[in-house]
Amino acid sequence: MNILVLMKMVPDIVEELEIAPDGKSLDVEAVRPIVSERDDHALEQALLLKDKSGGTVTVLAIESRDVDEVLFTALAKGADRAIKVAAGEAIFTAAEAAALLARVLPAVPNLMPVQLVVTGCQAIDDLDGVVAPALAERLKLPYLGIVTGVEAEADGSRAIVFKEYAGGTRGRYSVCLPAVLGVQAAPKPPRYVPVAKVRAAMKSRTLECVEAPAQEERSLLEIVSMTKPQAAGRAEMLEGSPEEVASKVAEILSSRGLA
Amino acid sequence: MAGNIWVLAEHWRGRLSDLTPELLTLGREIADGLGAGTKLEAVLLGHGAQGLAAGLAADGVISIDHAALAEPNPEASCLALAALIEQQKPRAVLVPLSNVAADLFGLLPARLTVSLVNFCRDLRAVDGRLEALCVLYGGKLEATVAISGAPAIIGVLPGSRPASAAPASAPPVTEVTVELPADLRVRFETYVDPEPGDVDVTQQDVLVSVGRGIQTQDNIALAEELAEALGGAVSASRPVIDQGWLPLTRQVGKSGATVKPKLYLAAGISGAPEHVEGMKGAALIVAVNTDPHAPIFSVAHYGYAGDVLEFLPALTAAVKARKK
Ligand SMILES: Cc1cc2nc3c(=O)[nH]c(=O)nc-3n(C[C@H](O)[C@H](O)[C@H](O)COP(=O)(O)OP(=O)(O)OC[C@H]3O[C@@H](n4cnc5c(N)ncnc54)[C@H](O)[C@@H]3O)c2cc1C
Ligand SMILES: Nc1ncnc2c1ncn2[C@@H]1O[C@H](COP(=O)(O)O)[C@@H](O)[C@H]1O
Repeated sequence: MNILVLMKMVPDIVEELEIAPDGKSLDVEAVRPIVSERDDHALEQALLLKDKSGGTVTVLAIESRDVDEVLFTALAKGADRAIKVAAGEAIFTAAEAAALLARVLPAVPNLMPVQLVVTGCQAIDDLDGVVAPALAERLKLPYLGIVTGVEAEADGSRAIVFKEYAGGTRGRYSVCLPAVLGVQAAPKPPRYVPVAKVRAAMKSRTLECVEAPAQEERSLLEIVSMTKPQAAGRAEMLEGSPEEVASKVAEILSSRGLA
Repeated sequence: MAGNIWVLAEHWRGRLSDLTPELLTLGREIADGLGAGTKLEAVLLGHGAQGLAAGLAADGVISIDHAALAEPNPEASCLALAALIEQQKPRAVLVPLSNVAADLFGLLPARLTVSLVNFCRDLRAVDGRLEALCVLYGGKLEATVAISGAPAIIGVLPGSRPASAAPASAPPVTEVTVELPADLRVRFETYVDPEPGDVDVTQQDVLVSVGRGIQTQDNIALAEELAEALGGAVSASRPVIDQGWLPLTRQVGKSGATVKPKLYLAAGISGAPEHVEGMKGAALIVAVNTDPHAPIFSVAHYGYAGDVLEFLPALTAAVKARKK
């Protein structure tokens, strides 16, 4: 099975996020970009399918800060090709990203058709849409999201796809290929690759670059302002050394009959 | 801009979801706010699910009954709902942000070539226009968004409003027939329920819940020791489960369990909306996180901006000392 994995960078939210001077966007200069966590799972799912039944894995990302290292890491983990799309503009809404991907994929040499396009599902920065289903609509392919497992059916025409519901229950679906799948978690934790192997990939492998012309995509949403959440129902913060705070907490618990 | 306010009446395995009555409260507010005869209608997609209509506090229920809609099927429900929207032109469709409706709210706006309003926590009608407050970056920022065009497809987070009470009398139901292709590309086969776990986190009075901040599988022992001292159990956020450090049955949140213990101690959990929806009903929430701006501190009752690896053993010792 030939599989395409789409990856994108999002701000690391463990760092402080700042609002840009316009008051309605994120200060992108101040963020530390990391690959969207779900995309690592999407890649892992693709590599597991390749390990099991062969085929190729291609990773593709739109050019953005620090994306090269993510693509080389994917190569070091076992991806066959890595493609970087140069798109002029740096930031995309979900609608723009889907439109751009739908236009650029057919233009990549020797790529399409693939049997599966896998993406991460629900990145933390989606305001105006969800890229994978929007891409599926544009490519006229079926889509299933919140996926936690994929198995190819023997004749290659369909895949068994597990979709997550609440309380650990999963739905088993049969999906006609080719398809777009939004992966929530791979059946196994994403594999680890030592830095040395990533460095080696940087020396021995290359990223393929393709150009995508800029475009106009109208959004029906207008961000009026961006703010940090108001501390409305904020916790009472306890101060002191870990031991001091621990003894305060123990006292609170004890007053409620919990300790 | 005319058109009614619709709420997708979400149901799963025979039950209306908890989010549906919350959305009906919000939808009622918006319909009243827009005035001019704007009605609140619930849309019920399913197969043999019409019995659920009586519990929907709306001016009317539009029901589509089709065998392909018996279980969640994004392809079928998107085709059905898109056809209905094109026919009846609602002003806005409120869709619950849940795993059941997830694929639908991704596909539908793309099919209708309108924008999705995602992660909506609050919605208002201002001078005939709709304005949403949306949560971004795992709860770290919020955006106020003006919505133009119709229909607006609005994905609403849990907890936006209190649930509506069941209506005194059942709302009128209109049956609508839609044609769906016989050869759908996505086919539901069956549900796979999880193996029962070693502990049922929904039945615990005390949960010590670990997040990515616990850093290693070995460190979970620190939480186990505290849980033991408090007579509770250890639960976790998704990344801990995805790493395989604890079984799936210990996960709290949207895809995991919804818990209401007497004490929920969130250790190294940032407080993303998908986690918070599973634990916000706990009687007492204590959060420990090195990041003083972590969103978990806006749902916790008590917070400590510190390191869990130091705090957990200190609390275990303090609890044990009190028992002596
Ligand atoms: C469809 C869908 C369903 C989902 N379902 C669920 C679900 O059921 N349950 C769930 O939990 N998530 C769920 N998620 C994922 C959710 O969006 C978050 O990614 C997840 O909850 C984050 O977990 P976390 O807080 O442990 O990790 P992070 O967000 O990475 O936070 C780790 C925190 O630890 C803190 N920290 C780091 N080191 C220390 C230290 N030494 N001491 C103290 N604090 C420290 C950091 O400051 C940070 O705040 C779902 C997501 C999607 C899209
Ligand atoms: N700009 C992009 N470039 C490449 N892949 C993307 C892009 N935007 C979204 N994707 C893919 O679609 C997934 C879901 O994104 P989103 O819809 O933004 O939640 C991401 O995790 C990626 O796999």
